[in-house]
Amino acid sequence: MAIKPRIKIKKKASVGEVISIRTKINHRMESGQRIDKDTNEKIPRMIIHTFEASFNGKEIITFNLEGSVSADPYFEFFLKVPEAGELLCKWTDDEGSIFEATKTLAIS
Amino acid sequence: MTLSRRKTLALGSAAISISIIPFDLAFAIKPETQALVDEFTNGASVSEEGALIISAPEIAENGGAVPISINAPGAKRIVIIAENNPNPKVITFNFGELSGRSEVSTRIRLHSTQDLLAVAELNDGSFISSAVNIKVTLGGC
Repeated sequence: MAIKPRIKIKKKASVGEVISIRTKINHRMESGQRIDKDTNEKIPRMIIHTFEASFNGKEIITFNLEGSVSADPYFEFFLKVPEAGELLCKWTDDEGSIFEATKTLAIS
Repeated sequence: MTLSRRKTLALGSAAISISIIPFDLAFAIKPETQALVDEFTNGASVSEEGALIISAPEIAENGGAVPISINAPGAKRIVIIAENNPNPKVITFNFGELSGRSEVSTRIRLHSTQDLLAVAELNDGSFISSAVNIKVTLGGC
């Protein structure tokens, strides 16, 4: 269902620099509030409930999402660059699927 | 002292406006919202003065995706609460050791015109909050 996790960052940064990271993933984020017109029953909740970002295994941010985040969740946050390495973003949804994407960052 | 009709009216309207103002300024908080805030703060007191900035459009045409941006220098956790949503708790941000700035942008759903509330826990353990009113043309929950 969910496809194409995307991350946008600079390719190179200097140590100690604060850089922005932008991420987006395609996901319908079914809130659990909508009613199916055919059966008159609520469509079960199916959202990404956790988003984590880490750099070389160290935590940058963790977000806990509830039903009120838009479909195709988009986030922008900031990383203080400690060294060259790999950025890992991880999305976890209600069905237990885990989506991961990585980007490498070099030191200029 | 005799009061003319004009003076009486002026006094009357002044009295009315004075009695209305406090209700306009005070941020009326719903019990459910207060419960969510208490859950986040463990009952600690929350200051409404502090550097917590919510950037959001004054009028959101599409309630399905309202861009918001939160900036709270020195915050380690922030919760966003949309009072009038069927599920008022929107998202919790936790900032880890490599976070460059306690600033984050995202897009959220809003059901109707309402106050959007943000509560942040600072590194020294104190709590600050801020609210912004967003008018929603088309609800999106």
